[in-house]
Amino acid sequence: MQAHKGRHALGIAASLALGLAAAQAQAAEKAEVIHWWTSGGEHAAVKEFEKAFDAQGGKWVDAAVAGGGGDSARADGINRIIGGNPPAAMQFNTGKQFDELVSNGLLRNLDPLAKEYGWKDKINPVLLNAVSQDGHMYAVPVDIHSNIWLWYSPELLKKAGVEPPKTWDDLFTDLDALKKQGVIPLAQAGSAWTQALTFFNVMIGEGGKDLYMKVLKDRDVAAVKSPEFLKVAQTFGKLRDYVDSGMQGRQWNQATALVINDKAGFNFMGDWAKGEMELQNKVPGKDVGCIPALGHNTYWVGGDVFVFPKLNDKAEIKAQDLLAKVLLEPKVQLAFNEKKGAVPVLKDVPSQDMDQCAQQGLALLKKGDYVPSSDILISPDMSGSITDLVASFFTDKSQTPENFVNRFAQIIGG
Amino acid sequence: MKPLRLRRLSAQVALVPTWIIVIFAYIGTILWTIRISFTSSGILPKYDFVGFKQYDRLFQSSRWTISVENLAIFGLIFVIGCLVLGFLMAVFLDQRIKGEGIFRTIFLYPYAMSFIVTGLVWAWILNPTLGIQQAVQNWGWHGFTFDWLSRGDRAIYLVGFAGMWQSAGLVMAILLAGLRGVDEDIWKAARVDGIPPWRVYLSIVIPMLSSMFVTAVVLLAIAVVKVYDIVVAMTGGGPGISTEVPAKFVIDYLFNRQNIALATAAASVMFVAVLVVLGPWLYNQYFRQDRRAS
Repeated sequence: MQAHKGRHALGIAASLALGLAAAQAQAAEKAEVIHWWTSGGEHAAVKEFEKAFDAQGGKWVDAAVAGGGGDSARADGINRIIGGNPPAAMQFNTGKQFDELVSNGLLRNLDPLAKEYGWKDKINPVLLNAVSQDGHMYAVPVDIHSNIWLWYSPELLKKAGVEPPKTWDDLFTDLDALKKQGVIPLAQAGSAWTQALTFFNVMIGEGGKDLYMKVLKDRDVAAVKSPEFLKVAQTFGKLRDYVDSGMQGRQWNQATALVINDKAGFNFMGDWAKGEMELQNKVPGKDVGCIPALGHNTYWVGGDVFVFPKLNDKAEIKAQDLLAKVLLEPKVQLAFNEKKGAVPVLKDVPSQDMDQCAQQGLALLKKGDYVPSSDILISPDMSGSITDLVASFFTDKSQTPENFVNRFAQIIGG
Repeated sequence: MKPLRLRRLSAQVALVPTWIIVIFAYIGTILWTIRISFTSSGILPKYDFVGFKQYDRLFQSSRWTISVENLAIFGLIFVIGCLVLGFLMAVFLDQRIKGEGIFRTIFLYPYAMSFIVTGLVWAWILNPTLGIQQAVQNWGWHGFTFDWLSRGDRAIYLVGFAGMWQSAGLVMAILLAGLRGVDEDIWKAARVDGIPPWRVYLSIVIPMLSSMFVTAVVLLAIAVVKVYDIVVAMTGGGPGISTEVPAKFVIDYLFNRQNIALATAAASVMFVAVLVVLGPWLYNQYFRQDRRAS
């Protein structure tokens, strides 16, 4: 989900670049890469891949497609793969987005490479599982992003005379105090996916890891009808009282900026929000507080992967081999993820240079306190239905938590 | 001169490319779309057969129901609003006022903008924390609220209004051309008989312009069925899913949610709905032509 960033302006430029890139992709050692990292911080990050790949004898041909949280890039890449003109590599979100390409035999099996470089021992097991089907590896994960962060403005909390929350009850005390101060208690964006993100924050933070896994992985309708899940729905519903009327039409980065600039108290957002902080020279963990899944401190293992479509040209296949190797080199991983605001996918990467929030995340990963992202557990179709439900519930106070639970059960059960 | 039959033949040959395009690009894709809607395809087309499963799901989906309702609301506001406003503007300009060129340009100007720009501009103007509400509150009326854009039950009316603002100028242009074609003598005769102007417009001029109105309605109706961009730009389908429209449903499921079977089912329903509305009209057209020919 980290890709849902405003970047429409770049769309035209990117599609032009794509056309050029397609024309150039024929020569040897060149690898054309489709991705949707076009915002400032993301662009700097992907440049790290490009530099490393070019330094080792490859030629990175950039085919960035902007817009729609990667929808356009994915539509573009998938159509090219089906149409017989595949790129050398293509970005997806970690999860089920490329399952069907695998089952139709359109992607390369990366087992030989995994064996050669020992990836299966080095990569975080959740990610390894997510990029494998029937024990074969079909994609290279490149970063771990957690969607379930609560960001807060330490300054506003201090002014309101409250402490950073440890539980959800604390959070509502804080929100009430902020409301009295006349600031926006909870900065929320209007796009449906940001509301779904907030919902998953509540589901994992308030409901806990087990509930989340039972509902999304096991599709357990009884778990949806449990009192715990009702509590999640109620807590989520209560948050509706703390957003302002400017929510509709606000982008995720504008909502985050409200917290960064001390105009709003809290904001639920993924760790890509750190890119916005860096832009304004604020230090994550110090100038802006971070809490991973309030209540039950948990990390969320999602992120991005690259898939390698089957090709015929030997030189291009060699370029793919090289690219896959470069993406997972510890040095490259570190450089890329630092700029991306994410965490490396390798288990033993030195972490002392990372910011405080990333350190917290790594600690949770080491302890095993993490869940797979919703993209890993459910199909884009079901994920879309949940987003629709969550957004219509969150923007309409007349809908009751009980009604929400029933309709959620229908989605999970059906 | 060539014999008639030969000339007909060469005309037919010249039409072959057109026929190929019509058969493969239009009819072929329509049939393919309908075929896919009866499968369980996900991201890639699959040629199995699951009956009406996708249609079942479609009509149980609250998002689809909301989309259809919204299309009806948007359509009514948009078509009626454009016709009334466009007609009034055309009548206003028909009074041979001074500076007609300036007014005509102003009235037609919004139509030069795309729906995307229209949507974005009105999203800003109507945004409670940026636009009208904030401005009026800053002028001192602190109790003033106008937050329809962030209210799920009202936002679609504003989308309809913005669409009307954009397209009314087109109707004005069409009707103004018609008004200019009305014979001066009719006005003179009406004046002699002492009929008030509003009555002349209502009972004489509007019936005379009926074909112009049909043209305008057809153009507007097409815009209604394919409405997508203004919603994306203005509300993104929100708050929640309260301003979703069918075309957005299709696009979302086609590209984002990787369910082309459901997307094609929705597209097929839209197609059939258009046929049901258009069918009688087409039949009428051809029927009348036949009669004229005989």
